Amino acid sequence: MTAEAQPTTPDPGTALLARLRQILPEEAILHEAEDLRPYECDGLSAYRQVPMLVVLPETVAQVQAIMATCREASVPVVARGAGTGLSGGALPLDHGVLLSLARFNRILEVDLDNRCARVEPGVRNLAISEAVTDQGLYYAPDPSSQIACSIGGNVAENSGGVHCLKYGLTVHNVLELRIVTMDGELVTIGSRALDDPGYDLLALLTGSEGMLGVVVEVTVRLLPRPEQSRVMLAAFDRIQQAADAVAGVIGAGIIPAGLEMMDGPAIRAAEDYVHAGYPTDAAAILLCELDGTETEVAEDAEQVRQLLTHHGAREVRTAADPQEGARMWAGRKAAFPAVGRISPDYYCMDGTIPRKHLAEVLTRISELSREAGLGVANVFHAGDGNLHPLILYDANNPGELETAEHLGGQILGLCVEMGGTITGEHGVGVEKVDQMCVQFGGAELDQFHAIKAAFDPDGLLNPGKAVPTLHRCAEFGGMHVHQGNLPRPDLPRF
Amino acid sequence: MADATEALLEEVRQAIDQGRPLAPTGGGTKAFYGREIDASPLGVAEHRGIVHYEPSELVATVRAGTPLAELEAELAEAGQMLPFEPPHFGPSATVGGAVASGLSGPRRPYAGAVRDAVLGVRLINGHGQPAQFGGEVMKNVAGYDVSRLMAGCMGTLGVILEVSVRLLPRPRHELTLVQEANQGEALGRLARWARRPLPITASCHDAGRLYIRLSGAEQAVDTAAQRLGGEAVTDADAWWAGLREQTLAFFDDPRPLWRLSLPPATPPLDLPGPTLMEWGGALRWLPNDAPAHRVREITTAAGGHATLFRGGDRRGTVFHPLDAGLHRLQRNLKQALDPHGILSPGRLYPDI
Repeated sequence: MTAEAQPTTPDPGTALLARLRQILPEEAILHEAEDLRPYECDGLSAYRQVPMLVVLPETVAQVQAIMATCREASVPVVARGAGTGLSGGALPLDHGVLLSLARFNRILEVDLDNRCARVEPGVRNLAISEAVTDQGLYYAPDPSSQIACSIGGNVAENSGGVHCLKYGLTVHNVLELRIVTMDGELVTIGSRALDDPGYDLLALLTGSEGMLGVVVEVTVRLLPRPEQSRVMLAAFDRIQQAADAVAGVIGAGIIPAGLEMMDGPAIRAAEDYVHAGYPTDAAAILLCELDGTETEVAEDAEQVRQLLTHHGAREVRTAADPQEGARMWAGRKAAFPAVGRISPDYYCMDGTIPRKHLAEVLTRISELSREAGLGVANVFHAGDGNLHPLILYDANNPGELETAEHLGGQILGLCVEMGGTITGEHGVGVEKVDQMCVQFGGAELDQFHAIKAAFDPDGLLNPGKAVPTLHRCAEFGGMHVHQGNLPRPDLPRF
Repeated sequence: MADATEALLEEVRQAIDQGRPLAPTGGGTKAFYGREIDASPLGVAEHRGIVHYEPSELVATVRAGTPLAELEAELAEAGQMLPFEPPHFGPSATVGGAVASGLSGPRRPYAGAVRDAVLGVRLINGHGQPAQFGGEVMKNVAGYDVSRLMAGCMGTLGVILEVSVRLLPRPRHELTLVQEANQGEALGRLARWARRPLPITASCHDAGRLYIRLSGAEQAVDTAAQRLGGEAVTDADAWWAGLREQTLAFFDDPRPLWRLSLPPATPPLDLPGPTLMEWGGALRWLPNDAPAHRVREITTAAGGHATLFRGGDRRGTVFHPLDAGLHRLQRNLKQALDPHGILSPGRLYPDI
């Protein structure tokens, strides 16, 4: 960095700007401070950094030229979709270019015979389902930000949602990607067939947090809309009962389309906000959605009702019609903003654990919450063990953000200890880079770096995200030790 | 139950020191598949046993050498199954081989492929290091998805030690229907049905007959059967097993067997000889003497890829050639996991 500050070296921003002006029209390049400001953060606003430049290309050829130019100038590039990510994956670099894909917002083709849609990466998740709803089809992954988040970002994060227990994550629903590498080369990965020759780069690219290539086109799988769906709500006096009911339903061979849990604080916040009719004195509620053919749903609903009651539900409601079902979901879907009303700030975590540990982990989280002196509301995808503890804090109180972050780190450590992971669907980004050292050892981190280098040898694409250096792990002091072998014993430790 | 990790690590490290290529091998049932290479077998079959299995978690963690049949029997006892219905191609087939070959059976379009079910792996990479990726949970985006890369890598990226796979409950009821149809008619029906929420879990067209398997709640299956029409097949499980294991009469053919993976709605292809179609039209088998370049040209034009599945020149091009850019990325990836080139080098492509 010091080299850049030497007066004899021309400002790298100015030189790059001149070259980018040969590729892009003036209005597609932002370089004035007030134009750059809106790009300083994504959905994780605790981290902010104004980029050196923002570019807004409209064609794949422009993206290729931008990448080739940046590679040649050794300037890092961070790609950004709708900017709704929750782990800072699109956080800019002060010496880097922010590549916005916002103008790639067209649905290019709907192939009904092969049940797929070819779209540009800036297309919103929900817009895909809306475009094919008349044909009785939809795109299954539905992250809660689906009205705003873009499909390119969904690919980068391998987004899930409420229905992924039955219908899978982004990785299960993408058929083909076109990516631009850091060299500016356009590569097609996947096809409309159900498999492809060679390595499964489709799986590797999905969830790679924009570190291996820039996605410029996505072909997604479309599914027929289920004939019917039915929502049930069960209230429990103890969290343990609700957790047992989750295992009971799945153990009985029923895969609900969605199976969500909310704890007391989350129930009350949601009820105050949207008046969904939730029982505010319950310790936990489960929302269970069943879908399929009419006969299938009827058969499953009766069995689920019996299982929930058997596991101690004091009340089980079945939505009589889609309107009532939508009302039951409304509280769950509004849970985050609802919590936002009861606390000046909240910090959303995203660990996943084996379902069998749900009750234990929730108990430990409440103990940690008491120790830290900060409240925690839990709203989560119980069916797949994906927790979203919301840590309540007030950033205006000195030290509280740090306390919240520390508590978050403890919760993620707990998830790893229970055989789970530090992130189920939000990604590592900048936020959980240190926690990667808790989950992985040196051999795994080395392997991740080698994979990164296979696509981007100079480390110019979204550098510093998702995978920590071993040096950083040594500083963090949390390196996971595998089988008693300390990785890289030669590294200095702090 | 035997943990052979240490012995396998030792063998890999020796091979690295000696620059001697190894071919990780389970039961050897899929040795016919992929390119023929010169490498000493690294036997993984002794490394066996189910490490964790709790039915309510819908996940099993299994050592790679565990016989596939043993795992499937254990799952069936708890009313569960592997979603991808893998072919065995022999009684000694192992779980590791099923993952490394990446081959999925008739349920694939409806319940996902091998790669869709893989949640985590423990492996030995080409550096001779044990490493663990993914885990036993359904949702996990920490780090690159190395686990799914193992599916179909044919042992070229790592020696799989342990796999965690997602499971499904066995359907409460199944029924197979058969209808008369030529290939074009079958494709039309399959495309129409695929756009409706029907409980179809397998489909196959062979010799003028279209077979459809329905699975789920009994009433739902019966309602769908009435809508679709056709005759019920007795002994359907054995029929689908015959398809999966390629013991149907169709596969009794001395000619090289081509596996064509295509967009499902691809019309009948202009290639000579009989065709058996699965996966709603997305997978087609052709025993065929046509020149390889012709099979590949036609498949490429249709947006698919052709594999020389059995027979033919096993030292030549077996898997569909890749575009230059994609080939380079795949080769870079091979080098990232196996820098010394000792893990089944050449099994996929001459330089991969």
